[in-house]
Amino acid sequence: MNKNLTWKLVVIVGILIVFLFGIFGIPKDWSPKGLLASITDRIHLGLDLRGGTHLILQVQVNDAVSVDSDNAIARLKEDMRARKITYADIVKPDPVNHPEMIVVKGVPPEQTSDFKSIVTDRLPEYDATSGAENSWTVAMKAQNLADLKNRAVQQAIETIRNRIDQLGVSEPVIQEHGLGQYQILVQLPGVDDPARVKEIMQSTAMLEIKQSLGGPYSSQEQALQDHGGVLPPDAVLMQGKSIGSRNSDTGEQWYLISRASAVTGRDLRTAEPTTDENGQPAVRFILTGEGGRKFYAFTSGHVGDFLAVILDNKVQEVATIKEPIRDTGIINGHFTDQETHDLSMTLRSGALPAGIKYLEERTVGPSLGADSIRSGVQAAIYGMLAVLIFMLIYYRWAGVNADIALILNLVILLGFMGYFGAVLTLPGIAGVILTVGMGVDSNVLIFERIREELRNGKTPPSAVEQGFSHAWITIVDTHVTTIVSAAILFLFGTGPVKGFATTLVFGLAANLFTAVFVSRVIFDWVLSRKQRGEALSI
Amino acid sequence: MEFFRNTNIDFLGKKWYFLVFSLIFSVAGVLSMAFWHGIPLGVDFRGGTLVYVKYAHTPDPSAIHADIDRAGLKNARVQTYGPAANNEVLIQLDIQETSEQALDKGKTQIIQALESKATPGKQDLNNASSLAITNYLLEKDPLHLGSEADANPRYTAIAQSIVDYRDKTKGGVLGSLDELKAITNPVAVASLGDSFFLSDFGIRNVEIVGPQVGQQLRGQAIRATLYSLAGMLIYLAFRFEWIYGVAAVVTVFHDTLITVGAFSLLNREISLTVIAAILTLIGYSNNDTIVVFDRIRENIKLLRRDKLADIVNKSINQTLSRTILTAGLTFLTVLALFLFGGEVLHGFSLALVIGILIGTYSSIAIAAPILVAYQEWRSGRGKPPIAMPLRTGNNPAQPKEKVKA
Repeated sequence: MNKNLTWKLVVIVGILIVFLFGIFGIPKDWSPKGLLASITDRIHLGLDLRGGTHLILQVQVNDAVSVDSDNAIARLKEDMRARKITYADIVKPDPVNHPEMIVVKGVPPEQTSDFKSIVTDRLPEYDATSGAENSWTVAMKAQNLADLKNRAVQQAIETIRNRIDQLGVSEPVIQEHGLGQYQILVQLPGVDDPARVKEIMQSTAMLEIKQSLGGPYSSQEQALQDHGGVLPPDAVLMQGKSIGSRNSDTGEQWYLISRASAVTGRDLRTAEPTTDENGQPAVRFILTGEGGRKFYAFTSGHVGDFLAVILDNKVQEVATIKEPIRDTGIINGHFTDQETHDLSMTLRSGALPAGIKYLEERTVGPSLGADSIRSGVQAAIYGMLAVLIFMLIYYRWAGVNADIALILNLVILLGFMGYFGAVLTLPGIAGVILTVGMGVDSNVLIFERIREELRNGKTPPSAVEQGFSHAWITIVDTHVTTIVSAAILFLFGTGPVKGFATTLVFGLAANLFTAVFVSRVIFDWVLSRKQRGEALSI
Repeated sequence: MEFFRNTNIDFLGKKWYFLVFSLIFSVAGVLSMAFWHGIPLGVDFRGGTLVYVKYAHTPDPSAIHADIDRAGLKNARVQTYGPAANNEVLIQLDIQETSEQALDKGKTQIIQALESKATPGKQDLNNASSLAITNYLLEKDPLHLGSEADANPRYTAIAQSIVDYRDKTKGGVLGSLDELKAITNPVAVASLGDSFFLSDFGIRNVEIVGPQVGQQLRGQAIRATLYSLAGMLIYLAFRFEWIYGVAAVVTVFHDTLITVGAFSLLNREISLTVIAAILTLIGYSNNDTIVVFDRIRENIKLLRRDKLADIVNKSINQTLSRTILTAGLTFLTVLALFLFGGEVLHGFSLALVIGILIGTYSSIAIAAPILVAYQEWRSGRGKPPIAMPLRTGNNPAQPKEKVKA
């Protein structure tokens, strides 16, 4: 064997080892089961194979814009009052589609420069343009608007991730979804209860602690009666969390709650599930330093008064302030273990910056995933066997060559996937099968060409030489076109189809190496062992 | 072994037969798309709700339909799915029942309707998540573990083994609680009976696609197909001569049309994976065409005196063996997918089965005749007969040379 050939063989064996490592890593256990475990450790299965939940949500970014422009209106009103600028009206002309637009009507012409300076100084993110009849349109600058919307999406992703993380799902995918604007893709392997996921993602959990001025009352009317028909101006009626059956009216309770809050969810440092003094599930919260000071100031001034813990505008609990409280407290209210767990999670992770809407929901049960793997692998084995056996029969020893190249092709493909952490989906398995079918095309092209050259009277070494060099151009052309059309599949962004494109692209790229380089080395090795003039088995 | 040796078939002489054959299939497909089945879009593109249900016994679609009707869901479609032995049913709801305000309402209603024979106050063990079972066990504490540290992990493990047995061994539906006693702690299993019942079905798979996503995906699928065709045209024009690119794209368009037409004729739904298959076919069909074109290019250099029609015929015959072998082998693998790949991949592999047959046929019957027809048209207008490239494939940047007439 000449030196050149030895070198090439070393390269091939080296690559084989590198990619085998890509597939298996270094298995802890060499039994079939241990090997399988180390494969699934490196090549991840897609949702369609392992089961799980797939959601696409739309962030209602206009919610975040509305909040911002509401604040802007408040600031405008305040500043115009301070600078004594008169106006007829401030409105949002199209709050649904263009919440970033504010129209100020009836600004006197002599005060326009004052008005403009307020906008430039106090609302740097907005532009003011004058319109008919002394009206001004104050709208958020395009760049700021885009930033605000993107920030809302990023914040939503962050919040959702925090909440999902606490569910303990392994390998969750939470990312912006490329297909549409302001969309988020959530994929949770192994979770087959989307209703609960949605509950956790969407709960806003706004915590407020306020003074309770009276109650409980069995109805709003009764509360009114109790106060002589007029409520105190600084208080509102709030419903208590209903106890027992949710649909019956009997559990209804109303409280009179002061408008100002002692502390809110923003003052919260953390929250965790615990049990109260009766051993019932409850949530313990700890306030930040600043929040603690506020709370201490409030409770020391109201010893003996009632305190209401309010979650999402529902009174959870009312308790007497026995002594000043500094920075920790307990919320209890007939929770189950699960509820205290979820509640403390939502309290910790904060509220979503904007509402969300669900666009797509898919759940793959684990039983279907298991069946899919079984049938996919079965099809792959039958398809491969058919091709391998055919090549052996049709091309004899050259068929062995093709079969080695094909198997190495598969090893490299799977190894690639292991290294890149690519996801194997069911269509991905189909991609593997198709790689076998299409990969063998290169071998057929080359072999047919060699046969043709042999028929034309060439010697085996020169026929092999000619066969490879002629087929090479064609192989490059065919591979490029197939890879182009597979790469376009990445447009679909995610999911099973992307898995298919991944395997096809990796498979065909590996095929360039195996069908051309590896096959050639094997031929050269076979030829080097033959006598001059001896026939080639093809 | 060799199937084809020195074949000498006059393919171009049969071009009118090919044309008639292609026209019949294309027109049939187009007519079906226009007047019969339309283009049957899958849930990915059309939006709607699909619920796949596996039963413990042979399901009765009409009884299921009646249950769903009673729940007030309009236009539901119920059909058996996959091989009869699987006892599976697919329930479909229109996009009208799939509003974005409450995307999963239809699904919830279907499950409620199917559980019409449920025991009130009990949960359905066949459709309970492992978490629900864990929570129940923790609350009920049948093993009297109290607040021992290992209560949670132990009950979680029991719940997990029940769910695994149900989903992986029994395919999603348990027949009776007694089956579980051999699997895990029998005391825990017995206590499940107090609060769980076994329905006769399990939900295997749910797909809910809102109208907005469907619209996005439709646009994306059309764009992807067009980009793919444009990519081919540009690459081939760059590597060969523009007429080759045109011929290849016309061929691929023909293949796509016939494949989509076949889906319409068979009334099979076009899902996202079918689009993936069609894009793969665009690449595959091009492979075949390129192999023939490459040979034509090579032969033009060798046989300068011959007529283009003869060169093309010779090239097709020379590559015939490879064309048929590759197509046959790829077809074998795709057939394995179609037969053994399971129900989920059925549409995908059907598209590939049809497309590989058509793609192989068209590279011989459509692409090559277009080249010859173009040349005849040119010579008919008194232009030099051939405008074929002489540059070699190794150096595409080299300036064009034209053969003098």
